[in-house]
Amino acid sequence: MITAIIAVGILGAVLGVVIGFVAKAFAVEVDERIEQVEELLPGANCGGCGYAGCADFAKGVVAQRATPDQCPVCSSEDVVAIADYLGISAEEKEKMVALVRCSGDIPNTVRSLYNGVRDCRSAVLVAGGAKGCDYGCLGFGSCAEACPFGAIEMRDGLAIVHKELCVGCENCVAACPKDLILMVPAAATTHVYCNSPEKGAAKRAVCKTACIACRKCVKASGEEDHMEIDGFLIRSNYENPPAAELVEAAACPTTALRVDTEHAKGAYQGASK
Amino acid sequence: MSDKPRKFKGGVHPNDSKALSAHKAIEAAPLLESYKVIMHQNIGAPPELVVKKGDAVKKGSLLAKAGGFVSVPLHSPTSGVVKAIDKVPGPTGISVPCIEITADGEDEWESPFEPIADWKNTDPAELKQRVWDAGVVGMGGAGFPAHVKLSPPEGKTIDTLILNGAECEPYLTADHRLMLERADDVALGCAIIARILGLETGVIGVENNKPDAIAALRDAAVKHGVTVQALPVNYPQGAEKQLIYAITGREVPVGKLPMDVGCVVQNVASATAIVDAVVKGVPSIERVTTVTGKPLVDPGNWLFRIGTPISTALELAGGITEQPAKLLLGGPMMGIAQSSLNVTVMKNTSGVLLIAQDEVSQYTSEPCIRCGRCVECCPMSILPATISQAVENKRFDWAEKLNVMACIECGSCSYSCPSHRPLNQHFKRAKVEIQAGLRKKG
Amino acid sequence: MSEETPSIRLPDPTRLVVSNSPHMRDKPTIKRIMFTVVAAMAPACVAAVLFFGVAAVQTLLLCVLSCVFAEEGWNKLVKRSSTWKDGSAILSGILLGMNLNAGTPWWVCLLGGALAMILGKQLYGGLGYNPFNPVLVARVGLLIGFPGIMTTWDKPAMGVMAVDGVTAATPLGLAPGETFVKDMLLGNVGGCLGETSAIALLIGGAILLWFKLIKWEVPLAFIGTVFVITGVAHLVNPEAFHSPFVHILTGGLLLGAFFMATDMVTSPMTRKGCWIFGFGCGLITSLIRLWGAYPEGVSFAILFMNALTPLIDRGTTSKPFGFATPVKGEA
Repeated sequence: MITAIIAVGILGAVLGVVIGFVAKAFAVEVDERIEQVEELLPGANCGGCGYAGCADFAKGVVAQRATPDQCPVCSSEDVVAIADYLGISAEEKEKMVALVRCSGDIPNTVRSLYNGVRDCRSAVLVAGGAKGCDYGCLGFGSCAEACPFGAIEMRDGLAIVHKELCVGCENCVAACPKDLILMVPAAATTHVYCNSPEKGAAKRAVCKTACIACRKCVKASGEEDHMEIDGFLIRSNYENPPAAELVEAAACPTTALRVDTEHAKGAYQGASK
Repeated sequence: MSDKPRKFKGGVHPNDSKALSAHKAIEAAPLLESYKVIMHQNIGAPPELVVKKGDAVKKGSLLAKAGGFVSVPLHSPTSGVVKAIDKVPGPTGISVPCIEITADGEDEWESPFEPIADWKNTDPAELKQRVWDAGVVGMGGAGFPAHVKLSPPEGKTIDTLILNGAECEPYLTADHRLMLERADDVALGCAIIARILGLETGVIGVENNKPDAIAALRDAAVKHGVTVQALPVNYPQGAEKQLIYAITGREVPVGKLPMDVGCVVQNVASATAIVDAVVKGVPSIERVTTVTGKPLVDPGNWLFRIGTPISTALELAGGITEQPAKLLLGGPMMGIAQSSLNVTVMKNTSGVLLIAQDEVSQYTSEPCIRCGRCVECCPMSILPATISQAVENKRFDWAEKLNVMACIECGSCSYSCPSHRPLNQHFKRAKVEIQAGLRKKG
Repeated sequence: MSEETPSIRLPDPTRLVVSNSPHMRDKPTIKRIMFTVVAAMAPACVAAVLFFGVAAVQTLLLCVLSCVFAEEGWNKLVKRSSTWKDGSAILSGILLGMNLNAGTPWWVCLLGGALAMILGKQLYGGLGYNPFNPVLVARVGLLIGFPGIMTTWDKPAMGVMAVDGVTAATPLGLAPGETFVKDMLLGNVGGCLGETSAIALLIGGAILLWFKLIKWEVPLAFIGTVFVITGVAHLVNPEAFHSPFVHILTGGLLLGAFFMATDMVTSPMTRKGCWIFGFGCGLITSLIRLWGAYPEGVSFAILFMNALTPLIDRGTTSKPFGFATPVKGEA
């Protein structure tokens, strides 16, 4: 009994010394600034900065390979905080959010019966996703799946961005096989929810809420140059974004022109109903 | 070539349903009032338009010229006026540009080139140029420009020419009828292609469920100094790599082309198109297409001009008796499902097929029970079950390690899966993602 | 022909389904496969009922019902759609029943069903995801939990529909030389319901092979390995070891080789892998039978090899077509 206690005791002591020695001798130097910067980062590991997660980005920032404002998630205050901590200058950056440029949900669009993998990137390989419109949202939610912040809702076969949740990591942009998602300034509120360059009649045939390029919104914005004309498609000019009042003034006949909060809120009561 | 064809590993034996249309002789479709010729009918670069709205064209006039080496010109199917440069639903479901031609009913012929009567003494380079000028593509389905296959790069020697008359897809009988009714032209085409390649002879591979075609071809083959090889019935016997293996015993390495093992494979329909181009001076503006399916009143084989809408094809076949579940361009194993009747016949449209509600396959994607049927029947000896699970978990790197790139998308695995898993779609996705990844890396 | 008549009906494009190729499918479905295996079990079930009477019917019924209800209960609990109709739970129930003794108490049957379906299958995600054969998980669980009940066998009483059979030892528990091959072929020996009639099991196995539902490599390698190893042992020391025929015809080896080891989910997919799998099963079974503490080792052997299945599959993947060096054939 005594022998056992002594034996185990000695073993413990010896191993303790060995462990202590190893810990000292092979200690890895960690720059505490990295940990501090990581603390200040959002910790979502979204990869929007191009680094493999927040820890890797923190390393990059400390090593001055990256600047804090490359984090798309950090608010400008966070960026300033990191820059202050490291004693470098912070640049002002405008908050960007994702915009799904489509308003064609199930009741408003022509779709074929699709049978197969419920994933946009797989569906697009079969008959372009079985939607009448070749440019619109397929509605299988690859972007929603890619969003680490739960900012994209799938409603009636349409991806809807909840702006207040979107941090601008751009993960959804790459996920969309139709290249529908555009990063726009968060300050802009009014968008054309359509991305089809087809002629108006062709668009109308497959979607009730497509932009038919009637230019009412362009006229309503007058000299202000809030709207850009791109062939058979009108877009908001994000250099000089239109205000929410334009929606009422323009009275878009297809309701493609919408205020983002209205678009994301409940079912939109449009003229097409 | 007298030795028995080798049997490739795997394969499936679907009910071929060819009896619906195999006995129907090829009928020339009547002249229509308008044709919508899809611009981009070949793999590779799209052709460049040379006509504009309002131009008068004749049958055979050039509509668009080749937009590069891997591209072919396009010719007018009839005489008339270019009504519009419009868009129609393409075979992949995406709208594609087309040239709409309003026929004047005269069907006046204008030869873009002269026939080469004495092809045996013509320079092979000239013959090859003719194949290109005539806009001949692989008419079995892929639409790969024929002249590209006939132009092996420096350092690659071609020693075997194979004409693909396997027609292993169920339902389709267009090649069957063609080989039966134009056996002489098929053999002649084989001889012409052999001359272009500098070869003495060529082999025509035919699945032995078409004994009448084999017999007809054998007679014609003797005349033109080519041979006919009967092949065992096993889908996908007509897949290029499997066909080369069956006839020569060579395996085309993954990611390589038949010419890397000294082979050139052309479809039998392409061979007759080449005969038309060389001997008759007619460009590739029509093709034999099977219009079939159980819901059709009167299935058969028709000679359609390119640009004929599918709805016309279905009308010729007498319309339907019941609403089909699917409309396909091509065969049931590799064909593409359509959601519009406005799609038009292209140079590579081998079949227009209606699938009845009771024989359609619905993908329900139940869990994989690891029965191993897909592994058994995979002609490329990869593990479809394991790869599909990797793709479901978005692990395209695993899929790549499991050799998903070797997949030829023949669909044998999905066909045999008792869990109705969309295996083929998973592989298509994986291949697209892996290729996109490679492009990103540069 | 060319005249367009209004009577020609064309497909309604809005009702056309688009999906990826292929658009045809082979006939087998999960349901069909499962019920074919159930049918293949029928001869053995009939034999079991003939030999053990009403008690066998009771055990089988209880096991099937408990498996189906356990599966459905779990599906309700985790809000999955109902799956019992695919037949896999029914099949598991029958196989579990065949692995139990005729006189097994009702609560052991129910517990076994719950173990098989929940512990053996659903906890891993349901059909297709379980690494171990669910029936064997249940059997081994019961064997460890209730060794007394699980190793007492009723002596079959041909023609006597008696609930209380006479207890008998499994032939493997007897001294060598006590049993007769003829009795074992017919099934007139003690044991689990499915261990007894070799002929009935062979008929079932033949059905499975005929419909290509199992790979022949597995039973052949399994039984062959057991035959060779026990044969050598018998030749060396006939006093201590049974003849190889006794080993093959008793103790659930046939049941295991044809119905348990060949379970699609838990056995390798490749042909080469099946050889290895069968050989491993046979080796472990022989070792346990000849020198282990239990008279029976089939269940443990299969479970052990189940664990190795992913590894075997990975190691035996054949080279894809085109990876071999090109054969230079004459043109």
